[in-house]
Amino acid sequence: MNDRKYILTGLVIFFAIVTFPFWYNLGKAAPGPDIKLTEKAKAAKTCVMPTSYMRAEHMQLLDLWRHNVVRNAERVFVNTEGKEFNMSLSNTCLDCHSNKADFCDKCHNYSSVRPYCWDCHIENPKEAK
Amino acid sequence: MNVNYMYSLLAVVVLFLLSYLGVKAVGLEILFGILFPYLALITFIGGVIYRVMDWAKSYVPFCIPTTCGQQQSLPWITPNKIDNPFTPGATVVRMFLEVVFFRSLFRNTRNAIREGKLTHEWEIWLWLAALAFHYSFLTVIIRHIRLFTEPVPFVVQLIETVDSFFRFEVLTDVVQFGLPAVFMSGLVLLAAVTFLFVRRILAPHVRYISLAADYFPLILIFGIAFSGIFMRYVSKVNIKAAKELTMGLVTLHPTIPEGIAPIFYVHLFFVSVLLAYFPFSKLMHMAGIFLSPTRNLPANTRAKRHINPWNYPVEVHTYEEYEDEFREKMIEAGLPVEKE
Repeated sequence: MNDRKYILTGLVIFFAIVTFPFWYNLGKAAPGPDIKLTEKAKAAKTCVMPTSYMRAEHMQLLDLWRHNVVRNAERVFVNTEGKEFNMSLSNTCLDCHSNKADFCDKCHNYSSVRPYCWDCHIENPKEAK
Repeated sequence: MNVNYMYSLLAVVVLFLLSYLGVKAVGLEILFGILFPYLALITFIGGVIYRVMDWAKSYVPFCIPTTCGQQQSLPWITPNKIDNPFTPGATVVRMFLEVVFFRSLFRNTRNAIREGKLTHEWEIWLWLAALAFHYSFLTVIIRHIRLFTEPVPFVVQLIETVDSFFRFEVLTDVVQFGLPAVFMSGLVLLAAVTFLFVRRILAPHVRYISLAADYFPLILIFGIAFSGIFMRYVSKVNIKAAKELTMGLVTLHPTIPEGIAPIFYVHLFFVSVLLAYFPFSKLMHMAGIFLSPTRNLPANTRAKRHINPWNYPVEVHTYEEYEDEFREKMIEAGLPVEKE
C-alpha cells in the first residue's frame, strides 16, 4: 500500500513517545538522593514517629499539627511511645533537621513535590545556610 | 447477575490478590516490580506494532468514508469541507478533530418511543464522560512522567501545578485527606470510569451488547485509579523509594528499594496487565482510529476512481477478437463487419 510510509511514521512517533523515559534518562544513573542527617538528628536516633512512618506520612502529621495549633490551640503532641513534643515545624522539626537543603529539598526535588510549608517558614532563622 | 461483568470483576480481584499476596506473603518483589513491568512493556510495544502492521498489510477494497455533509460536486453547491473531506488535507483536519474532540461520538443519539413515535434524541453524556475519561487519563499519564525522569521536565511540573490548582483538605479525626496536594485528574478519571461502567450495567440496550472484553478494561482501569489514589491520599507509600524503583526500570538498572508497601506493587501490576492486554483488546482503538477507512480516506469517489487492490486481470473477449474469429461466417450470413 502507498500509505505504508505514513503508517511507519506513526509507529515511529508512537515508539518514541512510549520509550521517552528510556532515552531521556539515557546514560544517567539516577540513584535516589542521600539524605544527610545533622549531628543533632543522628544523636536523637528517633524522630517523633518511627522512621518508616515519617518517610511516607510526614506531610499528614504536619498538616495535623498545623490544624491542632491553629484551630484548636493545642501545642503538645504525644507520640505512640508517650513522649511529648511541641507541635512546631520551626522549633521541633527544623531544630534537629536544620539542614533544609540537604534534608527536605533533596527528596522533594527528586519526587517533584513542591510543599507550601516554605511559603511561610522560609524565614526560619534556624536554617543553616 | 451478569456473567460478563462478574468474570471481569473476578479477574481483577484475582490479579489484586496475586500481586498483593505475592509481594506481602511470598516476597516476589522482583517478579512484580521488575520482570512483569519489562515483559508488559515489550508486549505492549511489540503487540501494537504487530497489530498496526497487520492492518497496514490489509487491503482497502472500497472507498468508504462516512460523510456528514455535502460532498464537493458542482461549483454552485456549497460543500462541507471538513465533514465531507474532498482533499487529503481536509481528511487530516477531520481526523485531527475526531481524535481530539471525538466529534463522531458527539453526534451520538438515543432512540426512544415518545408518544407512540420513534425519536432520535441527542445523547451527550457518553461523549462528555469519554472526553473526561481520556483527557484525565492523559493528564495522569503525563503526571507520572515525574517518576520516570530525573530531572523532572518543566512541562510535567507545570501540569502538576495546574492539576493541583484546587487545594482542598478534609481534616477530621477519622478522615485526613488533602496532603499531598489533591490532583483533580485522578478523581475525574475515577468518576468517569465509574460512569462508563455503570452505564454499561444500568442501560439495558448497552448491557445487551456488552461483553467481558468491555467490562474488564473498565474495572482494571478503575483498579489502577483507585490503587493510585489510595496510596497517594490514604495509605501513603514512600514516594522516594517508589521513584527509585521506577527510575531503576527506565535506566536499565532495576532495583527493589526497601520500604515500599505492597499496594504499590498492586498498582504496578495492574498497569503491567493493562499494557500487556492492550494490543489484544478493544483498547487498540488508540491506533485503530488512525487506520479506519471510514475516517482516513477522502470522500472524493465521484472525482477519483478507487482501485480495488483485489482486482485481478480479467480475461476478456473484445469485439475485435470476436470479429476475427467469426468474420467469414458473418460475411456469409450477410452481417456487417468492421474489417473486410
